[in-house]
Amino acid sequence: MSDQQKQLVVIGNGMAPGRMLEELFEREPASYSVTIFNAEPRVNYNRLMLSPVLSGEKTYADIITHDDDWYAANGVTLHKGDAIEAIDRDRRCVVSRSGIELNYDKLVVATGSSPIVIPIPGVDLNGVYTYRDLDDVQRMVDVCAGGGSAVVIGGGLLGLEAAAGLRERGMTVTVLHLMPTLMERQLDPAAADILKRAFEDRGVNIITEANSREITGSQGQVAGVLLDNGTEIPCEMVVMAVGIRPSKRLADDCGIATERGIVVGDNMTTSDPDIYALGECVEHRGACYGLVAPLYEMAKVIAENLTGACASFTGAVNATKLKVTGIDLYSAGDFADGEDREEIVLRDATAGVYKRLVIKNDVIIGVVLYGDTTDGPWFFDLLKKGTDVSEMRETLIFGQAYQGDGAADPLSAVAALPDDAEICGCNGICKSKITGKITELGLSSVDDVRAHTKASASCGTCTGLVEQLLALTLGDSFEPSAATPMCSCTSLEHGDVRRLIKAKELKSIPEVMQALEWKTSAGCAKCRPALNYYLIADWPDEYADDYQSRFINERAHANIQKDGTYSIVPRMWGGQTSAKELRAIADAVEKYDIPTVKVTGGQRIDMLGIKKEDLPSVWADLGEAGFVSGHAYAKGLRTVKTCVGTDWCRFGTQDSTGLGVRIEKFMWGSWTPAKVKMAVSGCPRNCAEATCKDVGVICVDSGFEIHFAGAAGLDIKGTEVLGLVETEEQAIEHIVAIVQMYREQGYYLERIYKWARRIGYDEVRQQVLHDAEKRKAYYDRFVLSQRYAQVDPWQERVRGKHEYEFAPLAKLDQVVAI
Amino acid sequence: MNGESIVWIDIGALSDIPPSGARCVEIDDRTIAVFRDRDDRVYALEDKCPHSQGPLSQGIVHDGCVTCPLHNWVISLASGKAQGADSGSTQTFRVEAKDGRLLLEAGAFS
Repeated sequence: MSDQQKQLVVIGNGMAPGRMLEELFEREPASYSVTIFNAEPRVNYNRLMLSPVLSGEKTYADIITHDDDWYAANGVTLHKGDAIEAIDRDRRCVVSRSGIELNYDKLVVATGSSPIVIPIPGVDLNGVYTYRDLDDVQRMVDVCAGGGSAVVIGGGLLGLEAAAGLRERGMTVTVLHLMPTLMERQLDPAAADILKRAFEDRGVNIITEANSREITGSQGQVAGVLLDNGTEIPCEMVVMAVGIRPSKRLADDCGIATERGIVVGDNMTTSDPDIYALGECVEHRGACYGLVAPLYEMAKVIAENLTGACASFTGAVNATKLKVTGIDLYSAGDFADGEDREEIVLRDATAGVYKRLVIKNDVIIGVVLYGDTTDGPWFFDLLKKGTDVSEMRETLIFGQAYQGDGAADPLSAVAALPDDAEICGCNGICKSKITGKITELGLSSVDDVRAHTKASASCGTCTGLVEQLLALTLGDSFEPSAATPMCSCTSLEHGDVRRLIKAKELKSIPEVMQALEWKTSAGCAKCRPALNYYLIADWPDEYADDYQSRFINERAHANIQKDGTYSIVPRMWGGQTSAKELRAIADAVEKYDIPTVKVTGGQRIDMLGIKKEDLPSVWADLGEAGFVSGHAYAKGLRTVKTCVGTDWCRFGTQDSTGLGVRIEKFMWGSWTPAKVKMAVSGCPRNCAEATCKDVGVICVDSGFEIHFAGAAGLDIKGTEVLGLVETEEQAIEHIVAIVQMYREQGYYLERIYKWARRIGYDEVRQQVLHDAEKRKAYYDRFVLSQRYAQVDPWQERVRGKHEYEFAPLAKLDQVVAI
Repeated sequence: MNGESIVWIDIGALSDIPPSGARCVEIDDRTIAVFRDRDDRVYALEDKCPHSQGPLSQGIVHDGCVTCPLHNWVISLASGKAQGADSGSTQTFRVEAKDGRLLLEAGAFS
């Protein structure tokens, strides 16, 4: 080393170069004479703490990392508010905006990143801010003083922190997020849903899949944000937090290699060996980093290499923490689903906890923690080191405290609980009360414990704990309950799930999964369609149908056939048709080259072999003749078969066709646990075969005999008689009440006859026939539900709903390279 | 084309496929199902279940797999292999989502 100190020039004074200098001075305090150019007019502060400054929890003074004294003590020259304009590599010098020219031996470019501003009309208006540095924060705080509304565009880490801060300052805040779930890069959808609700509980309005079209203004000032769907959200302030872009202009201008960022090798030098790049402006092995841990790692590598070492930065896995007071969130690694991956999920609904580990080949590759993040660093450490976790698998998710010393058995964790530990939070039942009653009364099942202690009798989420206490107390003599869970994602039965959806007012699939402590992060092909139905049935006016949780027939509103084509059955009310309808069908069959036309057992016409792409056009043609969907594909009302009744038949006692049409017109479109087929016969000769239907009517001279719970499929079973009513109005009220009772109580895919056998035929008669008040209540709830259900799905699709369902993504006639 | 380079075909936007859904790409008389999972990963498989050629694109997407709409076979999106007790395999193709666009490998079916 020469006697003269070498010149080290640093462009940028963010957290990464700050850390790099600390590392450098620790190693060789006097090896370089250091000069920093900072575009911001201040010393180095902790940018991670901008959120607490925005929310008012901290001040600028609290977040300073290096004060003026530090620079003086270390002999560093800091030019505040003076940006570098150019790097002259030939002369090995930098030129600042104020005109300073300075030679360097080594140069560190740490220009950071700049916020991405999406180029929509109105971004130039007053009141549009980015969220990047202290100046941004100060401007926002000034606006907050006047109160009003703010819109944050971007539901990622920064956007949410900004939203929380603005809310804390008393603003009305709406977050617009382009993607379906918040923080989609860091969180799985389950955790994102919990996060969304946490923000909503704080009064932050969140709109996902929101595409901002324009920022509207008046007299140069922001007035609102207009979305693609025409919604306008009025506001005085817009914060753009959609992402960051590495600031690489200086490097571009002087001919250093750049891609998305300034390209560096593992030793952190750029294509010019005397110039290092550091921080958010860097691109290393194709990756750019925006989180502090890997930037500190880079800082360390540069400090070592500046002092003659040969250190390498080899990339990093990021861990993310959201910095909003009261919301604990931690994520790291890769948490996508995959068939070669397993997941361990722990949900504690009472404590608001969701934890998910993604494991591949016995190694943790992804971590998502919500509510309790204490074990985050430990999991992250296991992830980074690639530790084999097979030994501690059983108890891994409970965290570090449960490892070692023979805690491998989950039962021992329960055994270790003190006697006064609360097991059932709803009813305040402690461990010793349960074990005491088990011994005292000789209880042997969860139901027994429920009956005698009330433990797990309310919300049911402690059922697992109660089972473990039974197993502990009874030893080998304990036989786990024979309850059949809905699927392997839960230990709850259908009945429990239905009851809890109502009791806990759960209104979305992710909410059910969290509150009922689902063992998987997103459910499976068995539970998702069931939950979707339960939520539609229970909250008809609030729940948004999740189409991706429906089987294809209900998504496409047609029946898939073995060759991938579809069949459709238009509704023929009561089995009656007309020349006009038949002509429309005939025309469609010819026009679309439909190969097979068949009369169904439900008195309708089935057109088979239709190409999926043609469905909307076929429906459009049929719709012109007045046809609507016959729901032949639905777990819902199918047909109402009728005979010709008093219109034509010499034996007919009532207008069976007319009643059938009335029932069908009243009830079509409703979703049910399994398909519902009905029939109305005009006399006891029963030509419409009403006595093997889910619900049937036999007309007699004195009125209408109502039947239910018949079957003529896998099982054959004659109906049970509900009772005799006198008028058509009464008949309809009773039929609707039975179906609504079934809609509220049936298990998904359970036909009426099975449901009625399970709960008892007399129970149905009691509630529907004998209890007029209950009957009326069922009827009213059905009517409410129909308000949302009775929309012809075919015409909706003719008008363009779910267009993507029917058209191919692309048709490639010829493979052309691009 | 040499063995190193891959020719990609732009087949549409990622947002054209609903999350946990699929769309089809038709190439002459073959159909390729392109899946998007809830984490925005994309996969491409021949739109045929190894069991009885059911259109996998029409199934429910879950846990990195799709359940065939015809007989509920569960097929891995990444490997195309039937899961559980069933055995059989569907051809997979390379597909990537880049800057919001979907790129399908051209070589596999040319």
